[in-house]
Amino acid sequence: MNMPVLNEIKKSLIAAIWFMFLTFPIMVIKVNTITRTIDWRWKNMMYTGIGAFFLSAVWRYMLRRKEKNQNALEKEGLSIVQKILQVKTFSIPATVLLLIFAIVFPHLFSMHQTNIMISALIYVMLGLGLNIVVGLAGLLDLGYVAFFAVGAYAYALLNLHFGLGFWTVLPVGGFLGAVFGILLGYPVLRLRGDYLAIVTLGFGEIIRIILENWNEFSFGPAGIANIPKPELFGLDLSLSAKTIYLYYIIVLLVIFTVFVINRLTDSRIGRAWIALKDDEIACQAMGIDKAKTKLRAFALGATWAGMGGVVFAAKTAFINPASFTIWESVIILCTVVAGGMGSIVGVICGALLLILLPEYLRDFGQFRMITFGAVLVLMMVFRPGGMIENVRRTYQFKTGETNDIHS
Amino acid sequence: MNPEYLTALILGGLTRGSIYALIALGYTMVYGIIQLINFAHGEIYMIGAFTGLIVSTVLTMHGMPGFGVVFFAAAAAIIYACCYGYTLEKIAYKPLRHAPRLSVLISAIGMSLFFQNYVLLAQTSNFLPFPGLIPDFEFWKPYSHVMSATELVIIVTTAIVMVLLTLLIKFTRIGKAMRATSQDKIMASLLGINVNQIISITFIVGSATAAIGGLLIASHTGQINAYMGFLVGIKAFVAAVLGGIGSIPGAVLGAFVLGLSESVFTGYVSSDYEDVFAFLILVLILIFRPSGILGRDQTQKV
Repeated sequence: MNMPVLNEIKKSLIAAIWFMFLTFPIMVIKVNTITRTIDWRWKNMMYTGIGAFFLSAVWRYMLRRKEKNQNALEKEGLSIVQKILQVKTFSIPATVLLLIFAIVFPHLFSMHQTNIMISALIYVMLGLGLNIVVGLAGLLDLGYVAFFAVGAYAYALLNLHFGLGFWTVLPVGGFLGAVFGILLGYPVLRLRGDYLAIVTLGFGEIIRIILENWNEFSFGPAGIANIPKPELFGLDLSLSAKTIYLYYIIVLLVIFTVFVINRLTDSRIGRAWIALKDDEIACQAMGIDKAKTKLRAFALGATWAGMGGVVFAAKTAFINPASFTIWESVIILCTVVAGGMGSIVGVICGALLLILLPEYLRDFGQFRMITFGAVLVLMMVFRPGGMIENVRRTYQFKTGETNDIHS
Repeated sequence: MNPEYLTALILGGLTRGSIYALIALGYTMVYGIIQLINFAHGEIYMIGAFTGLIVSTVLTMHGMPGFGVVFFAAAAAIIYACCYGYTLEKIAYKPLRHAPRLSVLISAIGMSLFFQNYVLLAQTSNFLPFPGLIPDFEFWKPYSHVMSATELVIIVTTAIVMVLLTLLIKFTRIGKAMRATSQDKIMASLLGINVNQIISITFIVGSATAAIGGLLIASHTGQINAYMGFLVGIKAFVAAVLGGIGSIPGAVLGAFVLGLSESVFTGYVSSDYEDVFAFLILVLILIFRPSGILGRDQTQKV
């Protein structure tokens, strides 16, 4: 009777020893090549051992549970959150409450908090945009930040050279994003998923390297400073009022985004995307123009990134190429994956959680990226659908005959 | 055109190409077997270089002579890289064997991010000076103005690794099993091949070549940091695609083509846009000849 427990302990011990060995040179020894001293950090080895012991037990338990769930013929069990979301009497008041909270937020909290919220909401917008490309159309885009950069630089440069205001550039930024999306999308249409990831990654890097090196155009690594915040009918607002104003703009933009994407998912295009994600060949056989559908996904996804970029430039008042590295794309991808690919509520929760948590847990800040890496892997292994899984619209047969066939 | 300048560029290109080849092999072997772009491969290479640096520094401080240091540092780097490659596959890819490709790819990116930040947190984010492990051989002194001893060692080592790898794949039981697995996993397992084991071995072999590449490039450039793996990894992937992914001679050819053309490009055109050049090659090859130089055309079947 004790055998399974003993067995588990043995397995955990093996894992602990293995990880202690594996992490030994990098976790324990730290050499200082200048003063020529060695720092032996044996404590780290102990922590690794203890951590690996327990985590491996959890890992095996989770794997077993996952297998069991799969064996149970994938019963269509909705999680609690999904059920709550489907109940109209709950979801409508909740949305209203959330809206009220969003409206009073800048008046309840300090300007610093409002600024953090603005950047979190920018990520929500980016996440929702990337969700079109990755979550709906199933095209892994690792260069999404390039469109964000296009939007940000569009505002900064157009403002610098031609004095154009925020409201003029906002649609221009979105449009430029879409143009770049098509420019990138067109040559890579024929590629399969994994090649697409690398090419988009390359595209993102190309844009960043060009911004860094083409000094006459983008002012290079020094970046562009003094980008103005949006104006309200030429009123002379204080800095805090401007921040609050920008906050409302981004809240409205997020609501607009949610509205548009919600409509898109139910439209012909949205269904075509989902079909494309599931099976390209079958999708083409059903008469869907693959090239057009993919291009639309790229263009629409990039539009939101472009607009997000404009807001970002207005918020930070200073941009340089260092803000647009590949890791920024990975963070956005992480918000989409953790939240739930294809699910709007999921992506919003994912983005808010992943961006706000590290902001408030300051000491945790240095572990931010390593956690994101772990989140991506763990999510894929245990919950590929994300925190709040997208509920696929299904048609259910409820007649007796079909039940007979199945049983 | 100055012939000496061109010679220098070509030799530099060959060195570069050798490093790309060592890393591209890992990509192409893994891709050949499980059709996955192992994004974390560049990080294995970085971990190999870090292990080499740590072990060699510790040994040097304890007064071990030069040759022993090189031997033990290289051995430790290769062994650890293999262990990391093995663990990586077990954690991030094995549970996803039957999952959609998008999931595996995202998991691979997560692993890459994880390893990079793991080294960043446990060690440092700064550049560390890497000791010149390779001595200036006496017999090479007269030629060292043309090509340094390190470059010579890089090219020779790469050639040796290539030959060994070809022998492994062509003439051993493991090699045969690898080829069988890459053709048809189900059929291979029916014929008594332990497919999971073969996949693990592929990761281990790929990681070993990556670690050798990491050590060589680190002693060539003289410095390492936690980000070193990412860009080189991507470029090695470009090389693998250029040659035809899944094909081992293709990876080597692609690596040398990329290394040489990159070297000539930086020498004559611009060094600022060096990375842009590599990515442009990737985009062009994928548009005009997605199967690469030596790859076969693949049609998608339902």
